[in-house]
Amino acid sequence: MITVTINNKLCQAEADQTILQVATDNGIHIPTLCHMDGIHDSFSCRICVVEVVGARTLIPACAGKVADGMVVNTATESVLSARRNIVNLLLSNGEHNCLSCEKSGECSLQSIAYELGIEAPPFIMESIEKPTVDDSSVMIVRDNRKCILCRRCVTACNDIVCNDVLSLGFRGSDTTVICDNNIDMGSSSCVQCGQCVQACPVGALTDKKSIGKARSWEVKKVRTTCPYCGVGCQLNLHVKGDKIVKVTGVEDAYPNKGRLCVKGRYGYDFIYSPERLTTPLIKENGKFREASWDEALDLVANKFKEIIAADGPDAVGGISCARSINEDSYQMQKLFRAAFKSPNIDHCARVCHAPTVAGLIKSFGTGGMTNSIEEFADTNCLFVIGSNMTEAHPVASTFVKNGQRNGAKLIVVDPRKAKLADYADEFAQIKVGSDVAFLNGLMNVLITEDLYDKDFVRDHCDNFDALKEKVLEYPPKRASEISGVSEEQIISIAHMLADNKPGMAIYTLGITEHTCGTNNVMSVANLQMLLGNVGKPNTGVNPLRGQNNVQGACDMGALPNTYHGYQSVTDPAAKAKFEQAWNVEGLPDKLGLMIPDMFEKLETKEMKAIYIFGENVVGTEPDISHVIKCLEAAEFVVCNDIFQTETTQYADVVLPAAAWSEDEGTFTNCERRISRVRKVKEAPGIAKPNWWIFREIAKRFGQTWEADSGQELWDNEIAPLAPVFAGATFDKLDQGGIQWPCKTPEDPGTQILHLDGNFTHGKGHLMALDWTPPAEVPDADYPFTLSTGRRLYHYHTRTQTGRCEGLNELLPEEYADISEVDAARLGIEHGEMIVVKSRRGTVKVKAQVSERIPEGLVWMAMHYFENNANWLTTRSGDTITKTPEYKACAVAIEKIQ
Amino acid sequence: MNANARGCMEKDERTHLVTDIVAKHKNSKGALIPILHEVQELYGYLPVEAQETIAKEMNVPISEVFGVISFYSFFSLNPKGKHKISICMGTACYVKGSGPILDKLKETLAIGVGETTEDGEFTLEDCRCLGACGLAPVLTINGKVFGRLTKDDIPEIIEGCKTEGGSVL
Repeated sequence: MITVTINNKLCQAEADQTILQVATDNGIHIPTLCHMDGIHDSFSCRICVVEVVGARTLIPACAGKVADGMVVNTATESVLSARRNIVNLLLSNGEHNCLSCEKSGECSLQSIAYELGIEAPPFIMESIEKPTVDDSSVMIVRDNRKCILCRRCVTACNDIVCNDVLSLGFRGSDTTVICDNNIDMGSSSCVQCGQCVQACPVGALTDKKSIGKARSWEVKKVRTTCPYCGVGCQLNLHVKGDKIVKVTGVEDAYPNKGRLCVKGRYGYDFIYSPERLTTPLIKENGKFREASWDEALDLVANKFKEIIAADGPDAVGGISCARSINEDSYQMQKLFRAAFKSPNIDHCARVCHAPTVAGLIKSFGTGGMTNSIEEFADTNCLFVIGSNMTEAHPVASTFVKNGQRNGAKLIVVDPRKAKLADYADEFAQIKVGSDVAFLNGLMNVLITEDLYDKDFVRDHCDNFDALKEKVLEYPPKRASEISGVSEEQIISIAHMLADNKPGMAIYTLGITEHTCGTNNVMSVANLQMLLGNVGKPNTGVNPLRGQNNVQGACDMGALPNTYHGYQSVTDPAAKAKFEQAWNVEGLPDKLGLMIPDMFEKLETKEMKAIYIFGENVVGTEPDISHVIKCLEAAEFVVCNDIFQTETTQYADVVLPAAAWSEDEGTFTNCERRISRVRKVKEAPGIAKPNWWIFREIAKRFGQTWEADSGQELWDNEIAPLAPVFAGATFDKLDQGGIQWPCKTPEDPGTQILHLDGNFTHGKGHLMALDWTPPAEVPDADYPFTLSTGRRLYHYHTRTQTGRCEGLNELLPEEYADISEVDAARLGIEHGEMIVVKSRRGTVKVKAQVSERIPEGLVWMAMHYFENNANWLTTRSGDTITKTPEYKACAVAIEKIQ
Repeated sequence: MNANARGCMEKDERTHLVTDIVAKHKNSKGALIPILHEVQELYGYLPVEAQETIAKEMNVPISEVFGVISFYSFFSLNPKGKHKISICMGTACYVKGSGPILDKLKETLAIGVGETTEDGEFTLEDCRCLGACGLAPVLTINGKVFGRLTKDDIPEIIEGCKTEGGSVL
């Protein structure tokens, strides 16, 4: 500790701190323009100059380090005069007009001018050509007339989110911020994440959707959690009245540290859509009519009672929602178990990360991401397999890119040369569905060359001999033949993994959505255990989960095998505990049906009623024609939703629900972080929170559920009834997200699972796994492999993103991505309509000829209904979790003659 | 290689040459500037497709490539004329009357500073001090120095350039 005097105040400081940091810590204001603490060290604007007694010149406080006994004055006449000069020069060119500027009230230049009493620029440099406005981008307006060239946007784009679009071009008074090679932003490679807008201290960059909506002093900021992917970014909603007018990332919050993607920043306005459901609907003679809550709820309760009385509780099933809050999923599984006595509750983790939960429970004992997103930036090796992160988890990908630029080796393994491969040290273009063979090949090299972590394996793992025996069957030559990755590359990747520790494995649905999905997951776990990369900082097996609350819906027991907190339904003690807590008898003690089985049983009429909460299964489940057939076969279908969807068309009753921002509760992201979701407006019409809807149905089954808010549900039931959440009270969550397990009030939560190799179930379990091919492989009739996924600008079936201004403009239609080789061979032009068909369906779709696609592969998404990939996909599922093989089925493509 | 031969070369072939140039320098520190030098030699300027190839092959953002090109006046984003006229606007030349000479050049060639005549013959540029202040005012055409000029010398100089192997060059 040293002592510094700033404006006659004695301040304690660390020796390596800057004057600015010490002043800020001590509540002494020094203006800044270009400074971004710890990120941007250009020291270019000089507005922060201060007087250091004894120094020859004024010192920029952002760059000058403190020294013991230093005496600093931040507002002497010489300091103010220098600042005045700087501001006058900045104002002397361009056009800094505050009248209708979006930034007015929170503009750094305006504030400094105000502090210095500058009313108008005292001189104008007329010889400098006035810059222009670029409003070519869908989401961002660049008003270069207001730019002060502080370069914060360039830093945000290149060093924070690493999208590398912005730079400074030209020289002297011509200097300007450029996009790519000086083209307009709308035509550039910009992905419209808006990080530059958030970084801009003046009005040069603005969110187009926010223009004219509110003055900065009219809004209140409400912190909440993003409603899109499983990264769980923390947002500040800027709210005027009941309208969200802008969204920014919360700078000091985990996991995103202020970063957002295009959907998180600009995908908020769906809640105001005039298409929102506002009242319960009952179908009569094939048409929906409006109904009161009592009528609709009585109908639902009576129908379920009737069916359960006639056919037993197994004849009803429920699909919960991974987009809604934890409290809603908890309440729905409680409705099924406690009121209906049915074990049949599941949710869409079934179609994405069920293999993660099953596989990691088997390998490690806990079915969640072992480490945290922030660690991506600090590790020494990043092994990314089956993950199109830059599109599906854009903010997580920024930390991977940071890690690579901080010196970590980045290995990307994927059938497509996804964008992240451009940043990779090694890109292995693997054949679809060959992951286990490839991973066994890596482990073969690690074992045969004696590169694995023998101490870790000996002390913390079991079943090594069986694993060794198995992977010895996969020498690089065989692994190469199956995976298409060269022997040399397999060997070099194995060496890279062994030489660069600690290392993190990151995967997404390219691993799980296979008939061998659970094996794929366990194979990744094998690799990391062999490398000793578990239970330490900057290591682990890190699945990126799809939906904002898919981790939470699993955690809440919306699964056929567990109560919330992963308490097994087959455990008599758990059953007794919940019977007592819920004041019921006869909770089902057998495993319930998984979603694919529910559909099968609807088709065979063994199941009569299905309750679908917030999921558009006609669009997201594989083989859409089959899903429709099953729903048509159902006797009674109920949907809770916020919009009419392709699925609600098959419902007998549709119940209108409160959406994101219309209810208080929590989401849990993929790193097990429970974060608050807050309310800014009332639900439209008479729409109600989902937990309320489930409670009202339970009431009609004679049960009185006390909890009357998200907080009461969390504090009175969810936390006390599950040891892993017991210490995470709602009040604590209000202070910031907490990663479970959090067992006591003092417990700060758990960033890293299995610390020091102490696995949840004792030793880590190495599994001997064989490669198995996809269920449906190309043949003469269907010679291509179809793989599916998500694109950046939309989320799933567009129920939300399709109703956000601008996102449809960014991706207005679906494409089938095909290789240049196949396009040339079949005479297909980029942008031409083609037919893609499988054994299950046919769609017409535009071809997108891409160098990123290997020969023989077709890649499609599920955003647009008419040419949704799921008309084509197969129902063949993972042998353990039944998760469908969305990543591989056989298709043919044809030119339309 | 003369300009005509360059013009006839297939686009693909030049892209290959750019790739080769990048490969040659790629692993040395500060490779971008020497690469841009050589590629500009190849095309006479730095066209967009060359910028794209350089960015891709060097694995750097194209914004960085463009930032460097646009920073240094040596690099050009536009095709250059056969005859590159640089008139010195440095202090000595300016005082000695390079302003009216520049005006005359603009008038005779019907182009502004930084532009190239439609027939691809002339590019007009201004510069700061060529280090030939004793000859002020001076201009250079493809590196050859013309000194102690008056504006009345300009038409003859231009005409001279147009004549193949003209007396002034």
